Amino acid sequence: MRSVRRRLREPGIRGHEARAGWAFLLPVIVILGLFLVLPIVMAAWVSVSDWNGNGSPFGKNAHWIGLHNYRDLLTTPGLDQNNFGEALRNNFYYVLLVVPIQTVVALFLAVLVNRRLKAVGFFRTAFYFPSVTSSVAITVLFTFLFSPSGVINKLLSYVGATGPTWLYDPDGLLHLILKQFGVNQSGGHLAAQYFLGVSYWDWLAGPSVAMCVFIIMAVFTTSGTFMLLFLAGLQGIDDSINEAAALDGASEWKKFRYITVPMIRPTIFTVVTLGLIGTWQVFDQIYVGTKGSPLGTTLTPAYLAFDTSFNQNEWGVGAAIAFILFGIIVFFTVITRVLTRSPDKVPRRRRFGPTGPIGDPKLSKVEAAAP
Amino acid sequence: MSVAAMRSDASATRRRRVSNTLTYGFLAVLAIVYIFPFVIAIITSFKTEPDATANALSLVPHPGTTIAFHQLTADNDFFTWVKNSVIVTLSVTFLRVFLDSLAGYALARLRFRGRGAAFATIVAVMAVPGVVLLIPKFLIIRQLGIYDTYYGMIVPLLVDAAGVFIMKNFFESIPVSVEESARIDGAKTFRIFWSIVLPMARPALITLFILSFQGSWNELGHFIISAQSASLNTLTKGVAQLASGQLGSGNRYPLKLAASTLMTIPVAVLFFVFQRRIMNASEGAVKE
Repeated sequence: MRSVRRRLREPGIRGHEARAGWAFLLPVIVILGLFLVLPIVMAAWVSVSDWNGNGSPFGKNAHWIGLHNYRDLLTTPGLDQNNFGEALRNNFYYVLLVVPIQTVVALFLAVLVNRRLKAVGFFRTAFYFPSVTSSVAITVLFTFLFSPSGVINKLLSYVGATGPTWLYDPDGLLHLILKQFGVNQSGGHLAAQYFLGVSYWDWLAGPSVAMCVFIIMAVFTTSGTFMLLFLAGLQGIDDSINEAAALDGASEWKKFRYITVPMIRPTIFTVVTLGLIGTWQVFDQIYVGTKGSPLGTTLTPAYLAFDTSFNQNEWGVGAAIAFILFGIIVFFTVITRVLTRSPDKVPRRRRFGPTGPIGDPKLSKVEAAAP
Repeated sequence: MSVAAMRSDASATRRRRVSNTLTYGFLAVLAIVYIFPFVIAIITSFKTEPDATANALSLVPHPGTTIAFHQLTADNDFFTWVKNSVIVTLSVTFLRVFLDSLAGYALARLRFRGRGAAFATIVAVMAVPGVVLLIPKFLIIRQLGIYDTYYGMIVPLLVDAAGVFIMKNFFESIPVSVEESARIDGAKTFRIFWSIVLPMARPALITLFILSFQGSWNELGHFIISAQSASLNTLTKGVAQLASGQLGSGNRYPLKLAASTLMTIPVAVLFFVFQRRIMNASEGAVKE
């Protein structure tokens, strides 16, 4: 220890360490700066320009047009606004269903595989495996499973049900439910009022049947990752607490509700935050599976930003969508952050989970685990 | 031990047995739900297209055929995709592990002015969602003149803030004494890092290796925006084009599923080889 302190006072060695330190950091700083910071600045410029993809965005093909692109998306009625409104609605329902379901399923799986049972390792592996496969392979698999004459519909036919055409079915889930109760499908006066280019009635459509396939897929692929996070949390609970409760005659459910859930609250918040961040970034699945069809009911802001820029050549609008999406994600991160900062302090390591390698829950899993 | 206590013990045992049976029942059903899709995918890739369409659920291909694999390797530049995926994944993985550990070591061990600020910046950068960056990254890649080259596909993926973070955490957890004595012997910083510290960091390096490999092998978005030539298609991009081409016409499910199955093999192998590490990673030092 004394040697450390002595060296701190020696300018020669400190100078040497400073040089080495910056040299070690240099590649990371250059690459992050060049491919993260700089591009954000460029995109910020493009989002307030009329650049159409020809030449350089800093050349004479791009002109400052202020917030025109943002207005096109948020206030000016038209195709851009309509697409954006639809994408927001679709993704909103996706988030609304995926986040709670995947959290509950992951916790349920974790509780099951946390028991001291034989072959429990096999089950952990089985539940986690979908998480390591690529979104491309999984999407191909799900388009097959949910094809009109596919596996799911075959299974449904065994119980006498006729499945929908899934990825080809644009009907909203809530609309379908309302129909069961005899609600007029024209939407009445709700169809005449618009928000972000989408009628109130269409805002109430719920996720389309097609989007439900992606919802099920998301739960299938991410529940294993979050199961591991929960498992780590569960194993941090001292056995003696549960034993004491059992001696007091607490039922399994009571133990779960009043001991397990409060003890793993930090993990629950982490999982919800990572879920919120990840679910607002649906891109691969849509690109591979539907490209937004049927009738735009699987469009998401992330895919729309890409499509608007790369296919429609409206780069300014695409970049503006990306920035609004960024804002949405930051908003939800901050909200859950504020909620997480509650009485009991979160362990230091875990605290970085939510900030973590956003969009890739797999990374943060290991991060939480990093020895 | 009193009689009453023994009796309650016995009933507790009985209750546990019942609950264990229930748990196994649940687990078995769930395991089928999680595994079956992959099993049916593999089986279907050995079916003919009419068979796959008419009997999606049948577990025996009738007739069994490897025609999908032949088609895949004959018409679809499949080997180009494999080659590109291998080149990109290996370059990204090895360089990323190296660069991330360099930076992690500097942040954990070397004392210099600005270290705190550098670390804070890296953490902030981690918070930027990847999908939001697709358009910005395309702009810079084009501006730098590396669009549609391996450089454009590889270099932006070389560093990830999360990896730096993992390595920094790890280096902080190992005792400083070994490096101290090496330093007293006058070893240069890089030598200490390379021949003393890095070998001790094996567990973290393997973790990072797995993450980087899996991440770059499965990456799609970045390759879409960084290249357009068919000759630079990776497996993800190639299979995605194969899959999204025809949602309406002939479904070609055996072909697509054969491609998906093949592209999953490397990550699956990696997963099963390092399974214990991956699964136990988040459990810390847990007995069992």
